[in-house]
Amino acid sequence: MMGFTRQNAGGRATLIVVFGFLYLPIAVLVGLSFNEAGLPTVWSGFSTKWYGALLGNANILGAAWNTLIVAIFATVISTVLGTLLAIGIETRRRASNGLEALVFAPMVIPDIVLAVALLSFFSRLDVTLGLHTIIISHVIFDLAFVCSIVRARLKHFDYSIVEASRDLGASPWTTFWRITFPVLMPAIVAGALLAFTLSIDEFIIAFFTSGAGRSSITLPMQIYSMIRFGITPEINALATIVMSVSAAALLLSQWLNKDQLR
Amino acid sequence: MTDAPTTIEDAILRIETLSKDFGPVRAVDGVSLDIRRNEFFALLGPSGCGKSTLLRMLAGFEMPSSGRILLEGKDISSLKPERRPLNLMFQSYALFPHMSVVRNIAYGLEMERLPRAEVRARVDEIMAVTDLTGFADRKPEQLSGGQKQRVALARALVKRPKVLLLDEPLGALDKKLRERMQLELKRLQHDVGITFIIVTHDQEEALVMADRMAILKDGQLLQCGSPEDVYESPTDRFVANFIGVMNFIEGGIGADGHFTAEGMRLPVPGIAAGPTALAIRPEDVAIDHGGGHGIAGRITDMAYHGLDRVLHVAIDACETPLQVRVPARIEAGHAIGEPIRLSIAPDRCKFFPA
Amino acid sequence: MSFQATRPNLLAAPAIAWLLAFMVAPCLLILGYAFFERGTWGGVVYTFTLENFERVFDPLYARIFLNSARIAATVTLLAILIAYPAAYAISRAPKSRQPLLLFFAVLPFWSNYLIRTYAWIVLLNREGLINNVLRWGGYEGEPLSMLYSEGAVITGLVYNYLPFVILAIYSSLSRLDMSLIEASRDLGAGPIRTFLRVTLPLTLPGVAAGGVFVFVLSIGNFVTPALLGGGRFQMIGNLVYDQFLTANDWPFGAALGMILIAIMIVLLTLQARATNRAAGTVREAER
Repeated sequence: MMGFTRQNAGGRATLIVVFGFLYLPIAVLVGLSFNEAGLPTVWSGFSTKWYGALLGNANILGAAWNTLIVAIFATVISTVLGTLLAIGIETRRRASNGLEALVFAPMVIPDIVLAVALLSFFSRLDVTLGLHTIIISHVIFDLAFVCSIVRARLKHFDYSIVEASRDLGASPWTTFWRITFPVLMPAIVAGALLAFTLSIDEFIIAFFTSGAGRSSITLPMQIYSMIRFGITPEINALATIVMSVSAAALLLSQWLNKDQLR
Repeated sequence: MTDAPTTIEDAILRIETLSKDFGPVRAVDGVSLDIRRNEFFALLGPSGCGKSTLLRMLAGFEMPSSGRILLEGKDISSLKPERRPLNLMFQSYALFPHMSVVRNIAYGLEMERLPRAEVRARVDEIMAVTDLTGFADRKPEQLSGGQKQRVALARALVKRPKVLLLDEPLGALDKKLRERMQLELKRLQHDVGITFIIVTHDQEEALVMADRMAILKDGQLLQCGSPEDVYESPTDRFVANFIGVMNFIEGGIGADGHFTAEGMRLPVPGIAAGPTALAIRPEDVAIDHGGGHGIAGRITDMAYHGLDRVLHVAIDACETPLQVRVPARIEAGHAIGEPIRLSIAPDRCKFFPA
Repeated sequence: MSFQATRPNLLAAPAIAWLLAFMVAPCLLILGYAFFERGTWGGVVYTFTLENFERVFDPLYARIFLNSARIAATVTLLAILIAYPAAYAISRAPKSRQPLLLFFAVLPFWSNYLIRTYAWIVLLNREGLINNVLRWGGYEGEPLSMLYSEGAVITGLVYNYLPFVILAIYSSLSRLDMSLIEASRDLGAGPIRTFLRVTLPLTLPGVAAGGVFVFVLSIGNFVTPALLGGGRFQMIGNLVYDQFLTANDWPFGAALGMILIAIMIVLLTLQARATNRAAGTVREAER
């Protein structure tokens, strides 16, 4: 072990550089959001006034509300569908390449393509665009991610505990609620939290399936249009809030699912 | 091949011509067995012989393709697992990972909707019997292999099943612990007075623990009897080879009532003529020190086992050297390459038609 | 048994139906659109044509295609070159600390893409942080214009997809049997030769998985070129966007989208084959 100290030092330096690259831009954003002057030119003191400014911005609050609705509905639907799908796939007797590809596709398909396809699809069927079409679209990739997380858990799932429960006198229904579900629960919640953050952050597909008008603008769309108008201190504050929510959800998700890393 | 199904009057469990097909594969093939009340019964066979499938049919996890399972005279073949008064101890133990030891053990009683006080009393009692007191609040992941095994046992026993099924219960333990647990399981079975049916691939384990055992191969029952019966009087060449160590000498029995192979001739009255294999255990072969009438051979290998010494002796009659087990202190001073003469007691030989 | 006895297909059906209705059907629809003509006022005229695909070879668009491919390839290469040492360092860290390091390497990947891209505007623009730092450091000249350039787009893409490449390479490294490395050292190979002859070949599947992913997502990217490349800088993703929202030429946009999908399918298939072949050699070696 002693011989590897030099290598460890190299490894540590690598990690410091890479983590610096990953986190410095984010740290700058967060720092600036508390800068009185709001601009990187000069630090004029700590202030939360840009956060206050957000609260007074009806557009932002409206967009945040829309985002929340989309994320909640998309998460609930995709968690149920994704979990059932995971159990369905993992208990199949034979693997199906077609099914694997279908479930993998939402995670790799370029989002701009899925976005224009959905726009074409909805307008071909004369579906009025709005929050509901965003929800429908978000469920597509949300459920794929929920499914992959629950499947990872199922791969390590010892099916004999289900049989043990039956053997000890529990019906299939009791077994599901007292054994299977509690054991899968952390993975399901982790999947739901990931779906939630993905939905909160998703921009392009929401942009294409939201339709015209302000009524169904989501937060990422609001941020995008703000960025195009130029850098403002409010964006930094808004970005900080959005990233904090995602990070919190992800930390929680990771903590719940930590058993799997062992 | 199969023994005629011997009917036992006080059988607690009767298995009648039970078969199980998985697609084109017949995993269990017309097995009939009677299991006595309070007996320690072992299902023994190499992996893939159908013993686990048989056990899973008893527990209710596989439906028989044909045949019946009778528990105290009642047909339970089509009952769901949760409705059968039998319990299974799983090979992987299958402890519920999100429940403490005490919750694991109480689970089965809660399913019976017993009053809380009774559940508690019975759980405490079984934990004392299985030496688990003090581990009540541990989670399965905090237990050693031996402790997990005892929790799995306690969880099944606390239900007071009419029959306890054990699937390779000692398979996951190391050798020392396994030997201790063999005796402990036997003692426990005696104390609780429950019929045990154990599945194992380890013939030694079966010999040590079982009152009676059944040997399966390719889904078929080859022989059923006490460990001594099976060891001393195997009715099948596979059984003879599978249980303990057996030497086989290929030869033939002539019209004159003699078994002959190259370099040997043995009178064997009353056995049908034809090509035949002679089977003899290493402890039934002796070194012939006088006379010079024995079978000539040469020592190729020697292994010292403390009490015994096993000599491998090459003889003309068979390709594989004969194993000869002799008392180590008496037969000292042999050397590899040494010529030697062996004698075989005709009454200890078994004959299997080739 | 209750697990096996539940009907797997029934459980999977709602999700499969959802994906078929809202992913496969829309993609088939634009696959169809790609072979039709556009109407004078936008929309689709149902007359069969291959013109949309022919237009891809128009020098104007072919240039954008080649540019996108070149940028995506550069991004992929850079991401792998940065991610490999990072993943290697994580895999050599104490076992107990690895999950945490990995988690923090991947965390940015799951957070808002738009904001992470925006952060680079803050850093790179003329009044941005980097120029400010340079001025404090005594730099006297004109502020550097780093934003709205190919370099900015490449930086943004590498930044955004780096975590995934680290994850992919790490998962290969963590599956690597350490005794193989020790065996190589024992047989007389130095650390560098051991890395080149044992470690690298055995972790290529992870490199390939990460690389294909970055390439596919980069070549079809829309947000990064739009924000960090400014209006002047076009990639295929922006072209698709324009056909649908500005030029109103849906059939051509659909054709471009289908080409992106085709690139994705080809690369993923190649990668799956390579991974299977690598797994095959390992299996054979184990025999």
